[in-house]
Amino acid sequence: MKQTDFPKVLQGTVGEGLEQRGITRREFLKFCTALTAMLALPPSMASVMAEAIAKARRQSVIWLSFQECTGCTESITRSHSPTLETLIFDLISLDYHHTLQAASAEAAELARTQAMQDNAGKYLLIVDGSIPMGNPGYSTIAGISNYDMLVETAKGAAAIVAVGTCATYGGLPKADPNPTGAVAVSDIIKDKPIINVPGCPPIPVVMTGVLAHFLTFGSIPELDDLGRPKSFYGETIHDRCYRRPFYDQGKFAQTFDDEAARMGWCLFKLGCKGPVTYNACATTKWNDGTSFPIQSGHGCIGCSEPNFWDAGPLYKALSMPVSATASMLGAAAVAGAAAGVAITWHNHSNKASAKAAHEKVTPQELLREDK
Amino acid sequence: MNHLDLLTFARGDALNWALILFAAGVVLRLFEIFGLGRKADLAKPRTNSPGSGWRTVFTRSLPPQGLLKREPVTYVGGYVFHLGLFATILFFAPHIEFFDDLFGISWPNLPSALVDASAVASIVALCVLLAHRITNPVKRMLSGFGDYLAWALTLLPLLTGYLAFHHLLFEYTLMLSLHLFSVELLLVLLPFTKLFHTFSVFISRWYNGDIFGRKGTAS
Repeated sequence: MKQTDFPKVLQGTVGEGLEQRGITRREFLKFCTALTAMLALPPSMASVMAEAIAKARRQSVIWLSFQECTGCTESITRSHSPTLETLIFDLISLDYHHTLQAASAEAAELARTQAMQDNAGKYLLIVDGSIPMGNPGYSTIAGISNYDMLVETAKGAAAIVAVGTCATYGGLPKADPNPTGAVAVSDIIKDKPIINVPGCPPIPVVMTGVLAHFLTFGSIPELDDLGRPKSFYGETIHDRCYRRPFYDQGKFAQTFDDEAARMGWCLFKLGCKGPVTYNACATTKWNDGTSFPIQSGHGCIGCSEPNFWDAGPLYKALSMPVSATASMLGAAAVAGAAAGVAITWHNHSNKASAKAAHEKVTPQELLREDK
Repeated sequence: MNHLDLLTFARGDALNWALILFAAGVVLRLFEIFGLGRKADLAKPRTNSPGSGWRTVFTRSLPPQGLLKREPVTYVGGYVFHLGLFATILFFAPHIEFFDDLFGISWPNLPSALVDASAVASIVALCVLLAHRITNPVKRMLSGFGDYLAWALTLLPLLTGYLAFHHLLFEYTLMLSLHLFSVELLLVLLPFTKLFHTFSVFISRWYNGDIFGRKGTAS
């Protein structure tokens, strides 16, 4: 198959593309203003961002999917009817994404290698899914193991965006007992800037926000110690939750959808992990700003945190023990009692032998001392 | 290990072991104390004082006359600390959830702000009592390592809990883990330090009341 058979990467700028699609400058500026706010940038940066994105050439993006459920792709591409966010997605050059691309088999793989060649050192690599290290055969694409494909593709990337908790921290495949030996992108690639966008799945606008930042500044946003953009993962769900005042007042829902839950009382007792989960759900929300899990009456399960699946039962309050039980305490008490009996017996036998060894002072001994 | 992993360990294996050592330790110490026994008192009781031991259990829980004037710091500090500690442990909603999960019993909680005030009162009382212990010559002479250890073991859970609640010093998940670790340290050492008075206080009060009753010094 000749390379000319593949659709050529559009050479126009994002601005041109937006114009062609009938997006007005006003709408585009509004979008950039929202993004700058979310990225915690000064308002004046909105026009700078609009300018930079409009002038930018369509960024070549290679998207690799490994051990994943396609939820991340679903979230980003099909979360709601087309908006400017999804259009921005159209306007990057998504050169390889084996769920979305039309090409298949050899043609698909050629698209990847072609993009890698044409944009060496400049393309953005997006990864969703974890990488199995137990056996290369656990997950392959076109006969290539996930590990080999990641290492090969990462070499020429300008930066890597790990999307979803599987790619960022191992996610569900890594959950105990981790049968495939799943690891995160950052466990393998050490020499490239990696932006972690965790979540199961991550919020679409977080994704576009990170891309916009990259297009505007040519660099990655400020990250926290887990590699997440601080602007989106800087605060806990709990601290931004509209139910938070009820936590402070000690008012809690007792069961799902009870009167208290409907009145907006805190879901802490139902197992909400909001206090230890850093994400933007409570502020940006989902489905075009409609709602987020806590608003619909279900506690946060902490899906954007590493190893959240193994962090205790989902429906146990955060202050509850993970596995301790009263019977465990009872067994310990019985063992303590047995040890106590042994010590008591030891003390008594000590006392008895001391008593037996006790010698009374005889009058003769006293006389000897007198001398 | 990230902060959430640390918290999971603190809520999981670390807590399990702390609870096991605590339960075994408490029962062991009780067996040890009761197993020591006392020699039979062959002397005739000086006064006939039935129930003196039980009476003492209650009367010594109330402030004796004149103590407020003589030892105001110990008196006020002691009550404020203990009541604040009980309110914090027993009436903070997340704490009740802990007991509910472990023993299947729960009770109404206090508003978090009130529990917060109780914790602050307890922490302040502990600090004042420590200062008094160091500055008062009699108390200083009577104090040994065990006393300061007991003080530190009690302060740590209160302080880390306060810092976690207010999102101070460290990131919340880490601070919450440290809070749990401090509680676990307290649980493990409680049976083997002066903090065992949590369990032995009424036993010793009964014994004192009873023996003094027999000797003619009714409580």
